[in-house]
Amino acid sequence: MSVLAPFGGTPSPAPTPVIPGFGGGQSCVVKNGQFCAGWFADNFGSRFAPRLVEHIELTAIAVGVGMLIALAAALLAYRQGWFETPFTLLSAFLYTIPSLAFFELMVQVTGINRFTAEIALVSYTLLILFRNTLAGLRAVPPDALEAAQAMGLSRRQTLIRVELPLALPPIMAGLRIATVTTISLATVAAYIGAGGLGEPIFDGIQTGFKTEFIAAGVLAIALALVADGLLVVAQRLLTPWARHMRA
Amino acid sequence: MQTLINSFTFFGHHPGLMWDKTLAHLSISFASIGVALAIAIPLGVWLGHLRRASFLAINVSNVFRALPSLAMISIGIGVLGIGFANVLVALVVLAAPVVLTNAYVAVEQVDRNTVEAARAAGMSPWQVLTRIELPLATPLIFAGIRTGTVYVVATATLATFAGGGGLGDIIVNEPTYGVPGVIAGSLAITVLAFGIDGLLALVQRAATPRPLRKQKRFSRTAAVVAEPAREDLVIQQS
Amino acid sequence: MVSGEDMQLAATRSATTAAPIVFQGVSKRYPGRVQAAVENLSFEVPSGEICILIGPSGCGKTTALKMVNRLIPMTDGDITIDGKSVNATEVSQLRRGIGYVFQQIGLFPHLTVEDNIGTVPRLLGWSKARIRDRALELLQLVGLGSEDNLRRYPGEFSGGQQQRIGVARAMAVDPPLMLMDEPFGAIDPITRDRLQDDFLRLHRDVRKTIIFVTHDIDEAIKMGDRIAIMRDGRLVQIDTPDNLLAAPADEFVADFVGADRGLKRLRVWTLNDLKLDPFSGTMHPAAPASTSLRDALSLMLTAGATRVTVLGQDGAALGCVSLQAIAAMLGPEPRTPGP
Repeated sequence: MSVLAPFGGTPSPAPTPVIPGFGGGQSCVVKNGQFCAGWFADNFGSRFAPRLVEHIELTAIAVGVGMLIALAAALLAYRQGWFETPFTLLSAFLYTIPSLAFFELMVQVTGINRFTAEIALVSYTLLILFRNTLAGLRAVPPDALEAAQAMGLSRRQTLIRVELPLALPPIMAGLRIATVTTISLATVAAYIGAGGLGEPIFDGIQTGFKTEFIAAGVLAIALALVADGLLVVAQRLLTPWARHMRA
Repeated sequence: MQTLINSFTFFGHHPGLMWDKTLAHLSISFASIGVALAIAIPLGVWLGHLRRASFLAINVSNVFRALPSLAMISIGIGVLGIGFANVLVALVVLAAPVVLTNAYVAVEQVDRNTVEAARAAGMSPWQVLTRIELPLATPLIFAGIRTGTVYVVATATLATFAGGGGLGDIIVNEPTYGVPGVIAGSLAITVLAFGIDGLLALVQRAATPRPLRKQKRFSRTAAVVAEPAREDLVIQQS
Repeated sequence: MVSGEDMQLAATRSATTAAPIVFQGVSKRYPGRVQAAVENLSFEVPSGEICILIGPSGCGKTTALKMVNRLIPMTDGDITIDGKSVNATEVSQLRRGIGYVFQQIGLFPHLTVEDNIGTVPRLLGWSKARIRDRALELLQLVGLGSEDNLRRYPGEFSGGQQQRIGVARAMAVDPPLMLMDEPFGAIDPITRDRLQDDFLRLHRDVRKTIIFVTHDIDEAIKMGDRIAIMRDGRLVQIDTPDNLLAAPADEFVADFVGADRGLKRLRVWTLNDLKLDPFSGTMHPAAPASTSLRDALSLMLTAGATRVTVLGQDGAALGCVSLQAIAAMLGPEPRTPGP
């Protein structure tokens, strides 16, 4: 059986599009060119901007909640070593479930809405955030801990002033990966009605209107790159000491 | 509960369908991972051996990883049209960076003293690579292959949006297959992902030189986690 | 109106009076081990003195030190600081009043030098300005006094410099007691020598009670007012460096201080400590009065002479000293050096 069999052997042309919009660049829209800049500019505010905002919200909530859960779990595992294995197994299990399948399965339980999507998205962040936070805590130099203890810092003070700040680099690295992954998965979440940039993608694919889904795709990619870049900047700002090391 | 039972009966009623879709899914997955490995492993190993271009191997890799797959596929539909090529490109772009970064770090982190001792003993660079560096790099390289493959198998579900077939076809087609079908498809792809992961764990173990086998690198968590593990160290370097 | 800060200021000022430390029958036993890590340790360290704890690996010296600030809890006995038991105070508060310097240094890499030094002051609620002034003052004391250094991170300094900062940090709130666990152990010999000299000079001005652990007998002799030799958890001998070298309590101590203990004793004294013969006018090899007897001996032997001329600070001859006079210091009866 040829590998191309599912696709009917050769790529098929796009079906005749249902033209959605009016406004500038009409000839481009009629011909269904790859990217009609005019149409995009006209419709950005109404079609794309809200989806972009939704997408950012979806991501921010998922990463935020995921970070809180992962932080709590990592602190627990840091103090009580036995906790690490069960939590890692659980989060790795969740992580391995293919996203679309996860969404569809959750829908049976909690319905078609944003909440369902958020549950799945949060689950995907747990593994990397937990693992990196725990690794960061464990990588704190033991001599700094000994000094803190000998100087009379309480456990809580040591955690807040020494351990967590020094664990920041791996935590930020984990946040970067988690954020970028969540942005990617959130595009699929539109399939179960969560909104976000996935919506114009799915709509566009259904109607065959190229500009719509290409533009949404580009926006999603741009969002991922910008978010990654911002987090790199944030990491640099939060860890000034890492830059000043002797050769 | 009833829906769950219904989904199991779905398997029973449509064996041919499930089988076809699964095969399609696997063929697109393996084609993609094959291409990704062909590109990423030689490149990663070579760069790691030279200890060059860590920026390329790691940071550029990270950027490619950041690209949302669905977005890639959707753009691909516009540019390449619906079809196999589009999905292939998207999946290769997803898997190659992971494999590349892991292959690079795997070879690069081989103890330099060991490499120097080998060179001092008179081994040619090729011999050093094949007899010393590669065997020691195997666990991490395979961790990358494993992670990349699981990503690809999981994301190939999205191939359905590009007319690509595979188990995604069933999952998104509720009108035709009903809720039991959707659940059946979801369960199938989940089992497939775990199954492939477990299978690759065995392959990984078999390919690792015996003395290195004692390391805790064979649990599934370790493989999924091994890549983020390198990632956090790797990103710190930048 | 006396502010809370002023009161704390006054409290730390009065705490500058170094405190005497007393070990009373202190023991540390680990479960499952027959031999105690520390067995019935009793000794005193008067205020302002440097007491060295020394002994072979595993003798319990670090364990004993760490029981003072309760990093290791004691199984038996008591340790008092200025009469107050260390077990009577809440442990965090106890530790804030004790300076701690150790081999791995332990500066916080994510904080500037100023913030590192200011760690405990900040806990006590000092104002930012006060912390800054104090940090600068302490950096000057340890030879790193500059505004720039305040803003730098530990990673920017060499090992020797980092340990100086570590000492400064330990002295931030002017604690009456400092515990030092092989502080210069990880530093190269040349820098270590300088650090030891600088620390001794510092101690002359800022007298605190110091308990100092080392495994290096030469360091012990150089730094200590009193040396306590330990073995298998017990105290074997505690004495001044000179008495220890002159009259080791048993064969173990004699071995430990080294077969050249006679020459080591000569290091402890200088030409200043001898009674000078009047200057005879003949040219002998000359050396300043601050020269150690060991170096003076070396000078005579190298020059093939039996006398050495002692010079004052201005270079003028003060008198001379004979080989026999130096040898007599090491005679069978130990002598404490003259005025």
